[in-house]
Amino acid sequence: MADSDAKRQTELLVAVRDSRDRTAFSQLFDHFAPRLKAMLVRSNMNQAQADDILQDVMLTIWRKAHLFDPARAGASAWIYRVARNRMIDIVRKERRAIPPELYDDAVEPEKQSADLGQAQEAQLLRAALERLPENQRAMIERAYLGELTHQEINRDTGLPVGTIKSRIRLGLEKLRHDLKDLRKP
Amino acid sequence: MSTIHHHIDDTSLASFAAGQLSYPYAIVVASHLAMCPSCRQTHASHMGVGGAVLDTLPEAEVSHDVKSGVMGMLDDTPADPPAARLAPALYPGPLSMFFGETGPKWRNIGLATKQSILWEGDEGSVRLLHIPAGKPVPEHGHSGPEYTLVLKGNYQANGEVFGVGDLEIADDDTDHTPTAGPEEPCICLAATNAPLRFRSRVVSMIQPLLKI
Repeated sequence: MADSDAKRQTELLVAVRDSRDRTAFSQLFDHFAPRLKAMLVRSNMNQAQADDILQDVMLTIWRKAHLFDPARAGASAWIYRVARNRMIDIVRKERRAIPPELYDDAVEPEKQSADLGQAQEAQLLRAALERLPENQRAMIERAYLGELTHQEINRDTGLPVGTIKSRIRLGLEKLRHDLKDLRKP
Repeated sequence: MSTIHHHIDDTSLASFAAGQLSYPYAIVVASHLAMCPSCRQTHASHMGVGGAVLDTLPEAEVSHDVKSGVMGMLDDTPADPPAARLAPALYPGPLSMFFGETGPKWRNIGLATKQSILWEGDEGSVRLLHIPAGKPVPEHGHSGPEYTLVLKGNYQANGEVFGVGDLEIADDDTDHTPTAGPEEPCICLAATNAPLRFRSRVVSMIQPLLKI
Protein backbone atom coordinates (compact mmCIF):
# COMPACT_ATOMS: atom_id res chain seq x y z
CA MET A 1 0.00 0.00 0.00
CA ALA A 2 1.29 3.46 -0.86
CA ASP A 3 2.26 5.85 1.88
CA SER A 4 -1.07 5.97 3.52
CA ASP A 5 -3.45 8.90 3.88
CA ALA A 6 -4.34 7.62 7.31
CA LYS A 7 -0.74 7.84 8.48
CA ARG A 8 -0.40 11.34 7.06
CA GLN A 9 -3.60 12.53 8.80
CA THR A 10 -2.47 11.06 12.07
CA GLU A 11 0.85 12.88 11.79
CA LEU A 12 -0.98 16.14 11.12
CA LEU A 13 -3.19 15.69 14.17
CA VAL A 14 -0.13 14.89 16.30
CA ALA A 15 1.45 18.15 15.05
CA VAL A 16 -1.67 20.06 16.13
CA ARG A 17 -1.58 18.29 19.48
CA ASP A 18 2.09 18.89 20.23
CA SER A 19 2.74 22.32 18.73
CA ARG A 20 -0.69 23.78 17.89
CA ASP A 21 0.53 23.75 14.30
CA ARG A 22 -1.84 25.94 12.22
CA THR A 23 -0.57 24.71 8.86
CA ALA A 24 -1.22 21.11 9.89
CA PHE A 25 -4.67 22.13 11.14
CA SER A 26 -5.40 23.84 7.84
CA GLN A 27 -4.53 20.63 5.96
CA LEU A 28 -6.74 18.58 8.28
CA PHE A 29 -9.52 21.08 7.64
CA ASP A 30 -9.17 20.63 3.87
CA HIS A 31 -9.47 16.87 4.18
CA PHE A 32 -12.09 16.47 6.89
CA ALA A 33 -14.33 19.57 6.69
CA PRO A 34 -15.97 18.62 3.34
CA ARG A 35 -16.62 15.11 4.65
CA LEU A 36 -17.93 16.32 8.00
CA LYS A 37 -20.16 18.71 6.10
CA ALA A 38 -21.49 15.78 4.04
CA MET A 39 -22.19 13.92 7.29
CA LEU A 40 -24.07 16.95 8.68
CA VAL A 41 -26.10 17.54 5.53
CA ARG A 42 -27.12 13.90 5.51
CA SER A 43 -28.65 14.30 8.97
CA ASN A 44 -31.27 16.64 7.54
CA MET A 45 -29.63 19.97 8.23
CA ASN A 46 -29.79 22.93 5.93
CA GLN A 47 -26.58 24.50 4.61
CA ALA A 48 -26.47 27.31 7.17
CA GLN A 49 -26.96 24.96 10.15
CA ALA A 50 -24.43 22.54 8.72
CA ASP A 51 -21.86 25.34 8.34
CA ASP A 52 -22.41 26.53 11.93
CA ILE A 53 -21.98 23.07 13.38
CA LEU A 54 -19.03 22.37 11.08
CA GLN A 55 -17.21 25.43 12.46
CA ASP A 56 -18.01 24.33 15.98
CA VAL A 57 -16.77 20.78 15.34
CA MET A 58 -13.52 21.98 13.76
CA LEU A 59 -12.85 24.30 16.71
CA THR A 60 -13.65 21.43 19.09
CA ILE A 61 -10.95 19.39 17.34
CA TRP A 62 -8.55 22.29 17.93
CA ARG A 63 -9.56 22.53 21.62
CA LYS A 64 -9.32 18.81 22.29
CA ALA A 65 -6.32 17.82 20.20
CA HIS A 66 -4.23 17.37 23.37
CA LEU A 67 -6.38 14.33 24.17
CA PHE A 68 -5.55 12.55 20.91
CA ASP A 69 -3.48 9.39 21.31
CA PRO A 70 -2.47 7.74 18.01
CA ALA A 71 -1.76 4.48 19.82
CA ARG A 72 -5.46 4.24 20.67
CA ALA A 73 -7.23 5.72 17.63
CA GLY A 74 -6.54 6.76 14.07
CA ALA A 75 -7.17 10.41 13.18
CA SER A 76 -10.41 9.63 11.34
CA ALA A 77 -11.82 7.55 14.22
CA TRP A 78 -10.95 10.25 16.73
CA ILE A 79 -12.43 13.02 14.60
CA TYR A 80 -15.53 10.94 13.93
CA ARG A 81 -16.04 10.57 17.66
CA VAL A 82 -15.46 14.23 18.48
CA ALA A 83 -17.86 15.24 15.70
CA ARG A 84 -20.61 12.81 16.72
CA ASN A 85 -20.44 13.84 20.37
CA ARG A 86 -20.51 17.50 19.46
CA MET A 87 -23.45 17.01 17.07
CA ILE A 88 -25.48 15.16 19.68
CA ASP A 89 -24.59 17.81 22.19
CA ILE A 90 -25.75 20.65 19.98
CA VAL A 91 -28.88 18.91 18.80
CA ARG A 92 -29.88 18.11 22.37
CA LYS A 93 -29.20 21.68 23.48
CA GLU A 94 -29.35 20.98 27.21
CA ARG A 95 -26.21 20.20 29.13
CA ARG A 96 -26.50 16.54 28.39
CA ALA A 97 -23.28 15.66 26.70
CA ILE A 98 -21.24 12.72 27.81
CA PRO A 99 -17.74 14.15 27.92
CA PRO A 100 -15.69 11.81 25.72
CA GLU A 101 -12.51 12.17 27.76
CA LEU A 102 -14.33 10.90 30.83
CA TYR A 103 -14.80 7.44 29.44
CA ASP A 104 -11.29 7.47 28.10
CA ASP A 105 -9.75 7.24 31.56
CA ALA A 106 -9.25 11.02 31.57
CA VAL A 107 -5.59 10.31 30.97
CA GLU A 108 -3.71 12.72 28.78
CA PRO A 109 -1.55 11.01 26.19
CA GLU A 110 2.18 10.99 26.55
CA LYS A 111 3.58 13.90 24.60
CA GLN A 112 5.61 13.19 21.50
CA SER A 113 4.22 9.69 21.25
CA ALA A 114 5.62 8.29 18.04
CA ASP A 115 3.37 5.24 18.04
CA LEU A 116 1.13 5.59 15.01
CA GLY A 117 -0.19 2.10 15.69
CA GLN A 118 -3.82 2.77 14.82
CA ALA A 119 -3.12 4.67 11.60
CA GLN A 120 -2.27 1.52 9.67
CA GLU A 121 -5.38 -0.16 11.04
CA ALA A 122 -7.46 2.79 9.83
CA GLN A 123 -6.03 2.47 6.34
CA LEU A 124 -6.85 -1.24 6.23
CA LEU A 125 -10.35 -0.60 7.48
CA ARG A 126 -10.95 1.98 4.78
CA ALA A 127 -9.82 -0.49 2.11
CA ALA A 128 -12.05 -3.21 3.57
CA LEU A 129 -15.05 -0.86 3.67
CA GLU A 130 -14.57 -0.03 0.00
CA ARG A 131 -14.61 -3.72 -0.89
CA LEU A 132 -17.95 -4.45 0.77
CA PRO A 133 -20.96 -5.22 -1.43
CA GLU A 134 -22.84 -1.99 -2.08
CA ASN A 135 -25.96 -2.86 -0.08
CA GLN A 136 -23.98 -3.76 3.04
CA ARG A 137 -21.84 -0.70 2.74
CA ALA A 138 -24.85 1.57 2.34
CA MET A 139 -26.40 0.18 5.53
CA ILE A 140 -23.21 0.59 7.50
CA GLU A 141 -22.89 4.17 6.27
CA ARG A 142 -26.39 5.06 7.28
CA ALA A 143 -26.07 3.45 10.68
CA TYR A 144 -22.72 5.07 11.53
CA LEU A 145 -23.68 8.46 10.21
CA GLY A 146 -26.44 8.30 12.78
CA GLU A 147 -28.75 9.55 10.07
CA LEU A 148 -31.39 7.15 10.94
CA THR A 149 -32.66 4.64 13.37
CA HIS A 150 -33.31 1.16 12.03
CA GLN A 151 -37.02 2.03 11.88
CA GLU A 152 -36.31 5.05 9.72
CA ILE A 153 -34.09 3.06 7.36
CA ASN A 154 -36.99 0.64 7.16
CA ARG A 155 -39.40 3.43 6.20
CA ASP A 156 -37.01 4.77 3.56
CA THR A 157 -36.01 1.52 1.95
CA GLY A 158 -39.01 -0.65 2.65
CA LEU A 159 -36.66 -3.31 4.04
CA PRO A 160 -37.79 -5.10 7.18
CA VAL A 161 -35.86 -4.16 10.32
CA GLY A 162 -34.55 -7.73 10.60
CA THR A 163 -33.03 -7.50 7.11
CA ILE A 164 -31.41 -4.17 7.91
CA LYS A 165 -29.92 -5.52 11.11
CA SER A 166 -28.60 -8.60 9.36
CA ARG A 167 -27.05 -6.54 6.54
CA ILE A 168 -25.29 -4.38 9.09
CA ARG A 169 -24.15 -7.44 11.00
CA LEU A 170 -22.99 -9.20 7.81
CA GLY A 171 -21.19 -6.05 6.74
CA LEU A 172 -19.37 -5.78 10.05
CA GLU A 173 -18.44 -9.47 9.99
CA LYS A 174 -17.08 -9.17 6.47
CA LEU A 175 -15.12 -6.09 7.52
CA ARG A 176 -13.53 -8.05 10.36
CA HIS A 177 -12.80 -10.96 8.06
CA ASP A 178 -11.22 -8.73 5.38
CA LEU A 179 -9.17 -6.97 8.03
CA LYS A 180 -7.68 -10.30 9.09
CA ASP A 181 -6.74 -11.06 5.48
CA LEU A 182 -5.28 -7.62 4.89
CA ARG A 183 -3.17 -7.84 8.05
CA LYS A 184 -1.44 -10.97 6.79
CA PRO A 185 2.02 -10.11 5.47
CA MET B 1 -11.53 -5.20 41.07
CA SER B 2 -13.41 -8.36 40.32
CA THR B 3 -13.68 -9.65 36.78
CA ILE B 4 -16.56 -8.35 34.71
CA HIS B 5 -18.83 -11.11 33.37
CA HIS B 6 -21.81 -9.24 31.99
CA HIS B 7 -21.01 -6.83 29.18
CA ILE B 8 -22.81 -4.47 26.84
CA ASP B 9 -24.58 -6.35 24.04
CA ASP B 10 -23.51 -5.59 20.45
CA THR B 11 -26.67 -3.76 19.46
CA SER B 12 -26.58 -1.38 22.41
CA LEU B 13 -22.90 -0.65 21.89
CA ALA B 14 -23.36 -0.02 18.17
CA SER B 15 -26.30 2.31 18.91
CA PHE B 16 -24.21 4.11 21.51
CA ALA B 17 -21.31 4.45 19.06
CA ALA B 18 -23.59 5.96 16.42
CA GLY B 19 -25.13 8.34 18.95
CA GLN B 20 -28.51 6.63 18.71
CA LEU B 21 -28.92 5.32 22.24
CA SER B 22 -31.31 7.36 24.38
CA TYR B 23 -29.72 9.54 27.02
CA PRO B 24 -30.42 7.50 30.21
CA TYR B 25 -29.05 4.31 28.63
CA ALA B 26 -26.08 6.20 27.19
CA ILE B 27 -25.07 7.30 30.71
CA VAL B 28 -25.02 3.69 31.90
CA VAL B 29 -23.13 2.47 28.82
CA ALA B 30 -20.53 5.26 29.18
CA SER B 31 -20.12 4.31 32.86
CA HIS B 32 -19.65 0.63 32.00
CA LEU B 33 -17.06 1.60 29.36
CA ALA B 34 -15.17 3.55 32.02
CA MET B 35 -14.94 0.32 34.07
CA CYS B 36 -14.48 -2.30 31.33
CA PRO B 37 -11.32 -2.46 29.16
CA SER B 38 -12.72 -5.11 26.81
CA CYS B 39 -15.86 -3.12 25.95
CA ARG B 40 -13.68 -0.02 25.57
CA GLN B 41 -11.72 -1.89 22.95
CA THR B 42 -14.90 -2.90 21.10
CA HIS B 43 -16.11 0.69 21.28
CA ALA B 44 -12.78 1.83 19.80
CA SER B 45 -13.29 -0.51 16.84
CA HIS B 46 -16.75 0.95 16.27
CA MET B 47 -15.13 4.38 16.22
CA GLY B 48 -12.68 2.96 13.66
CA VAL B 49 -15.54 1.92 11.37
CA GLY B 50 -17.20 5.31 11.90
CA GLY B 51 -13.93 6.99 10.96
CA ALA B 52 -13.59 4.88 7.81
CA VAL B 53 -17.17 5.76 6.83
CA LEU B 54 -16.42 9.45 7.36
CA ASP B 55 -13.24 9.16 5.36
CA THR B 56 -14.89 7.58 2.34
CA LEU B 57 -17.85 10.01 2.13
CA PRO B 58 -18.12 12.10 -1.04
CA GLU B 59 -17.02 15.65 -0.21
CA ALA B 60 -19.57 18.40 0.23
CA GLU B 61 -18.67 21.96 -0.69
CA VAL B 62 -17.29 24.09 2.13
CA SER B 63 -17.11 27.79 1.39
CA HIS B 64 -13.93 29.75 1.84
CA ASP B 65 -15.69 31.94 4.44
CA VAL B 66 -16.29 28.96 6.70
CA LYS B 67 -12.63 28.03 6.64
CA SER B 68 -11.34 31.56 7.14
CA GLY B 69 -13.84 31.96 9.98
CA VAL B 70 -12.42 28.91 11.76
CA MET B 71 -8.79 29.81 11.09
CA GLY B 72 -9.45 33.33 12.42
CA MET B 73 -10.80 31.94 15.70
CA LEU B 74 -7.90 29.60 16.47
CA ASP B 75 -5.89 32.16 18.44
CA ASP B 76 -8.84 32.89 20.71
CA THR B 77 -9.56 29.22 21.25
CA PRO B 78 -7.29 27.72 23.92
CA ALA B 79 -7.00 23.99 24.57
CA ASP B 80 -9.59 22.67 27.01
CA PRO B 81 -8.28 22.33 30.56
CA PRO B 82 -7.84 18.71 31.64
CA ALA B 83 -11.09 17.22 32.91
CA ALA B 84 -11.16 17.40 36.67
CA ARG B 85 -12.34 14.25 38.32
CA LEU B 86 -14.65 15.28 41.11
CA ALA B 87 -16.75 12.27 41.99
CA PRO B 88 -15.59 9.93 44.78
CA ALA B 89 -13.53 6.97 43.48
CA LEU B 90 -16.46 4.55 43.73
CA TYR B 91 -18.27 6.31 40.87
CA PRO B 92 -17.14 6.06 37.23
CA GLY B 93 -15.99 9.29 35.56
CA PRO B 94 -19.09 9.98 33.44
CA LEU B 95 -21.11 10.43 36.65
CA SER B 96 -18.89 13.37 37.67
CA MET B 97 -21.24 15.71 35.89
CA PHE B 98 -24.06 14.88 38.30
CA PHE B 99 -22.38 15.46 41.65
CA GLY B 100 -19.15 16.79 43.10
CA GLU B 101 -16.70 15.34 45.57
CA THR B 102 -19.39 15.09 48.27
CA GLY B 103 -21.02 12.33 46.22
CA PRO B 104 -24.70 11.80 45.45
CA LYS B 105 -27.55 13.00 47.67
CA TRP B 106 -29.43 9.96 48.93
CA ARG B 107 -33.07 9.75 49.83
CA ASN B 108 -34.81 6.94 51.74
CA ILE B 109 -37.44 5.06 49.78
CA GLY B 110 -38.36 2.51 52.45
CA LEU B 111 -36.98 -0.88 53.60
CA ALA B 112 -33.67 0.90 54.32
CA THR B 113 -33.18 1.28 50.56
CA LYS B 114 -31.99 4.64 49.29
CA GLN B 115 -31.95 6.23 45.88
CA SER B 116 -30.51 9.28 44.24
CA ILE B 117 -32.13 10.49 41.02
CA LEU B 118 -29.37 11.78 38.75
CA TRP B 119 -31.51 12.80 35.81
CA GLU B 120 -35.06 12.44 34.62
CA GLY B 121 -36.83 13.76 31.58
CA ASP B 122 -38.92 12.72 28.63
CA GLU B 123 -36.38 10.07 27.64
CA GLY B 124 -36.62 8.30 31.00
CA SER B 125 -34.54 8.39 34.17
CA VAL B 126 -31.14 7.55 35.60
CA ARG B 127 -30.68 6.93 39.30
CA LEU B 128 -28.43 5.34 41.85
CA LEU B 129 -29.80 2.71 44.22
CA HIS B 130 -28.34 1.76 47.57
CA ILE B 131 -29.67 -1.61 48.72
CA PRO B 132 -28.80 -3.01 52.19
CA ALA B 133 -26.98 -6.38 52.26
CA GLY B 134 -29.33 -9.29 51.66
CA LYS B 135 -32.35 -7.08 50.94
CA PRO B 136 -34.46 -7.05 47.79
CA VAL B 137 -35.18 -4.03 45.66
CA PRO B 138 -38.94 -3.36 45.84
CA GLU B 139 -40.56 -5.60 43.23
CA HIS B 140 -41.18 -3.90 39.94
CA GLY B 141 -41.67 -4.51 36.24
CA HIS B 142 -40.53 -2.10 33.57
CA SER B 143 -42.33 -0.44 30.76
CA GLY B 144 -39.13 -0.64 28.70
CA PRO B 145 -35.70 -2.23 29.05
CA GLU B 146 -33.84 -1.43 32.26
CA TYR B 147 -30.04 -1.06 32.23
CA THR B 148 -28.38 -1.71 35.59
CA LEU B 149 -24.66 -1.35 36.35
CA VAL B 150 -23.20 -2.55 39.67
CA LEU B 151 -20.80 -0.09 41.31
CA LYS B 152 -20.33 -1.74 44.71
CA GLY B 153 -21.16 -5.16 46.17
CA ASN B 154 -23.33 -7.44 44.06
CA TYR B 155 -26.90 -8.53 43.51
CA GLN B 156 -28.66 -11.65 42.36
CA ALA B 157 -31.45 -11.69 39.81
CA ASN B 158 -32.98 -14.60 37.90
CA GLY B 159 -30.37 -16.96 39.35
CA GLU B 160 -27.41 -14.91 38.16
CA VAL B 161 -24.95 -12.86 40.19
CA PHE B 162 -24.05 -9.36 39.04
CA GLY B 163 -20.87 -7.94 40.56
CA VAL B 164 -18.90 -4.71 40.26
CA GLY B 165 -18.77 -3.53 36.64
CA ASP B 166 -21.42 -5.98 35.44
CA LEU B 167 -24.18 -4.58 33.26
CA GLU B 168 -27.62 -6.16 33.19
CA ILE B 169 -30.14 -5.31 30.50
CA ALA B 170 -33.55 -6.55 31.60
CA ASP B 171 -36.35 -6.66 29.03
CA ASP B 172 -39.67 -5.06 29.69
CA ASP B 173 -41.32 -8.43 30.18
CA THR B 174 -38.89 -9.43 32.93
CA ASP B 175 -40.38 -9.40 36.40
CA HIS B 176 -37.13 -9.67 38.24
CA THR B 177 -36.50 -9.15 41.92
CA PRO B 178 -32.88 -8.23 42.41
CA THR B 179 -31.55 -9.04 45.89
CA ALA B 180 -28.34 -7.57 47.24
CA GLY B 181 -25.61 -10.07 48.20
CA PRO B 182 -25.30 -10.94 51.89
CA GLU B 183 -21.81 -9.46 52.48
CA GLU B 184 -22.28 -5.75 51.91
CA PRO B 185 -24.72 -3.17 50.62
CA CYS B 186 -25.07 -2.99 46.85
CA ILE B 187 -24.85 0.30 45.00
CA CYS B 188 -25.97 0.31 41.39
CA LEU B 189 -26.78 2.69 38.59
CA ALA B 190 -30.11 2.08 36.85
CA ALA B 191 -31.69 3.61 33.78
CA THR B 192 -35.13 3.18 32.25
CA ASN B 193 -36.89 4.88 29.37
CA ALA B 194 -40.06 5.35 31.42
CA PRO B 195 -41.17 5.61 35.05
CA LEU B 196 -40.95 2.29 36.90
CA ARG B 197 -44.18 0.51 37.77
CA PHE B 198 -43.90 -0.82 41.27
CA ARG B 199 -46.13 -3.71 42.21
CA SER B 200 -46.87 -3.21 45.87
CA ARG B 201 -50.03 -1.14 46.24
CA VAL B 202 -48.59 1.08 48.93
CA VAL B 203 -45.52 1.76 46.86
CA SER B 204 -47.70 2.38 43.78
CA MET B 205 -49.70 4.97 45.69
CA ILE B 206 -46.68 6.89 46.84
CA GLN B 207 -44.68 6.32 43.66
CA PRO B 208 -45.49 9.74 42.16
CA LEU B 209 -44.35 11.40 45.40
CA LEU B 210 -41.07 9.53 45.56
CA LYS B 211 -40.41 9.68 41.83
CA ILE B 212 -39.33 6.07 41.72
